[in-house]
Amino acid sequence: MSAISPPTQRVWWKQPLDRVEGMWIVIAFVWCLVMFFMMPYWHVFGKQNLANEAYRTTPEAFTAKTQAMVDKYTVRVETDQKIPVVRPPAGSDVYLIARLWAWWPMLELEEGKTYRLHLASLDYLHGFSLQPENINIQVHPNYDHVVTLTPTRAGTYGIVCNEYCGINHATMVSRLYVVKSK
Amino acid sequence: MAVNRNFRVCPSTGLSYHEPAEKLMRWNAVAAVVSLLVGGVLAVLIVLTRWQAVHLLPPDWFYLLLTAHGLDMLVFWIIFFEIAVLYFCASTLLRCRLAAPNWAWAGFWLMIVGALVNNVAVFRGDSSVMFTSYVPMGAHPAFYLGLILFAVGALIACFVFLGTLAVAKSEKTYHGSVPLVTFGAITAAIIAIFTIASGAIILIPTFLWSVGLIGHIDSLMYRTVWWAFGHSSQQINVAAHVSVWYAIAAIVFGAKPMSEKVSRTAFLLYILFLQLASAHHLLADPGLTSHWKIFNTSYAMYLAVLASMVHGLTVPGAIEVAQRQKGYNKGLFEWLRKAPWGNPSFSAMFISLIGFGFLGGISGVMMGTEQLNLIIHNTIYVPGHFHATVVIGTTLAFMGLTYFLIPTLFRRELMFPGMAKWQPYVFGLGMAGFSLFMMGAGTLGVPRRHWDITFAGNPLAYDGWAGGTAWLMIAAMAICGLLATVGGAMYLLITVGSVFLGKRIATPDFAYVKARDGVAPTMKPVEVAFEAHGSNIGTAGFVAPGTFVLALVFLLSFVLYYFVNWKYLSTVWPLS
Ligand code: HEM
Ligand SMILES: [Cu+2]
Ligand SMILES: [Cu+2]
Repeated sequence: MSAISPPTQRVWWKQPLDRVEGMWIVIAFVWCLVMFFMMPYWHVFGKQNLANEAYRTTPEAFTAKTQAMVDKYTVRVETDQKIPVVRPPAGSDVYLIARLWAWWPMLELEEGKTYRLHLASLDYLHGFSLQPENINIQVHPNYDHVVTLTPTRAGTYGIVCNEYCGINHATMVSRLYVVKSK
Repeated sequence: MAVNRNFRVCPSTGLSYHEPAEKLMRWNAVAAVVSLLVGGVLAVLIVLTRWQAVHLLPPDWFYLLLTAHGLDMLVFWIIFFEIAVLYFCASTLLRCRLAAPNWAWAGFWLMIVGALVNNVAVFRGDSSVMFTSYVPMGAHPAFYLGLILFAVGALIACFVFLGTLAVAKSEKTYHGSVPLVTFGAITAAIIAIFTIASGAIILIPTFLWSVGLIGHIDSLMYRTVWWAFGHSSQQINVAAHVSVWYAIAAIVFGAKPMSEKVSRTAFLLYILFLQLASAHHLLADPGLTSHWKIFNTSYAMYLAVLASMVHGLTVPGAIEVAQRQKGYNKGLFEWLRKAPWGNPSFSAMFISLIGFGFLGGISGVMMGTEQLNLIIHNTIYVPGHFHATVVIGTTLAFMGLTYFLIPTLFRRELMFPGMAKWQPYVFGLGMAGFSLFMMGAGTLGVPRRHWDITFAGNPLAYDGWAGGTAWLMIAAMAICGLLATVGGAMYLLITVGSVFLGKRIATPDFAYVKARDGVAPTMKPVEVAFEAHGSNIGTAGFVAPGTFVLALVFLLSFVLYYFVNWKYLSTVWPLS
């Protein structure tokens, strides 16, 4: 019983490496290096990278910016709660508020156009989960996270909250429309 | 104060137990099993709620019990058991008296009180904040206080463990270096001390915030420090269950490490690296740069991944060598076919190893890749991953160790031996299916910690899951999860039955003997020739060719799965 008793060889550190172990260590190390290089590689050649752009904000400041966008670009309202659907111009800054327990407002974007999407919470942590695209981003209070994104397919998408945010967490859901550009 | 130096020698294993240490190990193990029982009952209720076709509980109860399940399982079950393992590795394996048993008891009772206070806070209903308790969502102050008390108790236990090592050294109860398993336990204890320090840095201010003494805690700062604690505590688990793997391999097969140097260095890598890898929990967060994320996930995480890949080879490799030396030397896999599959200690350990590597390990590295995290962050993929690591890996390994401990530590015969034979398979395979289907549903975007993926009654409901593939995945997950809870119930029945009602193992002239009257070992170091393995086993110059083939299969699955996910990512909307 050697793993549970002291090593029988006092100078165990001089015991030569076994061939099986030696080869495996080399193989595993090379694989770890490959995995490491994939990350910087994707920053250069890949298209899906999370933005580093973020600013400190406050619930008031973020609400004011969102409200300004809503005032300018609302095209219609939906549901009993009259949630505005906003169609901002391509390339512009668009804002999405996460709060207990709703996303506000709803966005309508054009296929193939790029937008600067600002995400922030007004209260607890929330999770931006765009479905079925399956893009998942953590949303913090007091941080304005700017994600530059380009919808590639027209359709109606769901925005689900996937960070537990209290009793009505499972009701926090909204939509994102992507329309063909004319 | 007189020092208790009474020992008994277990007649069947030859291990010597120090009387106070023995009692502490038993009480810690019992507290662990009670936590597992509570957490297991909760598991049934939450799994029946997530199964949308059943949808058992209302949301307030679901979130409450989910919080309690996370804490009772991940914190209380595992850490109580780990303390028992630490005492075993120090006192029993080194044949040394436990340093400061009174302190150890103080630590134990602090942990008990902490666990109770925390559970009461949760069950009162105003602390359903999940075990992560992210600010600014607040819990009752008793929630944090309970965790702090528990952590202080665990810290005391770590110091008793280290103190025991010092006693063993100065009283010369062993020769040369400590056994590999003890070395692994030292790794776990050192990481535990670092972990508890990070826990204090974040939980004490949060406690003060909850009673109104601190005005504001930044949510990103909280997540960063909390995960320095939360992630490294998982590293304790890995170090502990890898030690248990080595221990079971040694107990069942008399296996010795292929090389002490390699295994010990791999443990050392855990201390040096994995604890810094909390970054991989923050990959989808704003306010941290990609450089920071890549640096902290790669150098730190991959060197620890390397360490786990090494243990994943050397543990079965050691078994293979031991088996081949016993004559099971034919072909690639005779050693494995002829392994004692009906011995629950062995089968639990082996399923734990395979499940941890293939399901937990591969998925964990995938999730921990900066960009790939975007497609799984906060989905149910995440609990799928960690039920593979912490349940198949840690919990099942501890179950296997329990079957060994019941006769030697509790001196009872195992009850229901026929059921014990099956238990690791029912639990392990149930859990494997559970994790796999969770990961499947997560790949389809299903969120974790979510009460209703149909969004019933909501005009904006997302309808991509209800009735579709995700729906089936969730149902299959629930059925496998229930199967696993059957396996868990079998374990509880066997252990509780044996410990309280099992036939006592009576040794005719049993007595605790004073150490100086001859129990303390006079072990002679045996100098074995360098070619310990003998060159006549294995094939093609490999002593463990079967293990090497298994390792290559593992690598292949890893590489394929890893790149499949990059492919999937490349189809997602461009982001920058
Ligand atoms: C035997 C069977 C078990 C079953 C059926 C089970 C089932 C579940 C389910 C359904 C969830 C909820 C997932 C979600 O909605 O996000 C969950 C969460 C969790 N489980 Fe288990 N579990 C079991 C055992 C364990 C064990 C042994 C541990 C720890 C050692 C554990 C640790 C956790 C943790 C930490 C969470 C996360 C809680 C959270 O998100 O805050 N589970 N489990
Ligand atoms: Cu939310
Ligand atoms: Cu939420």
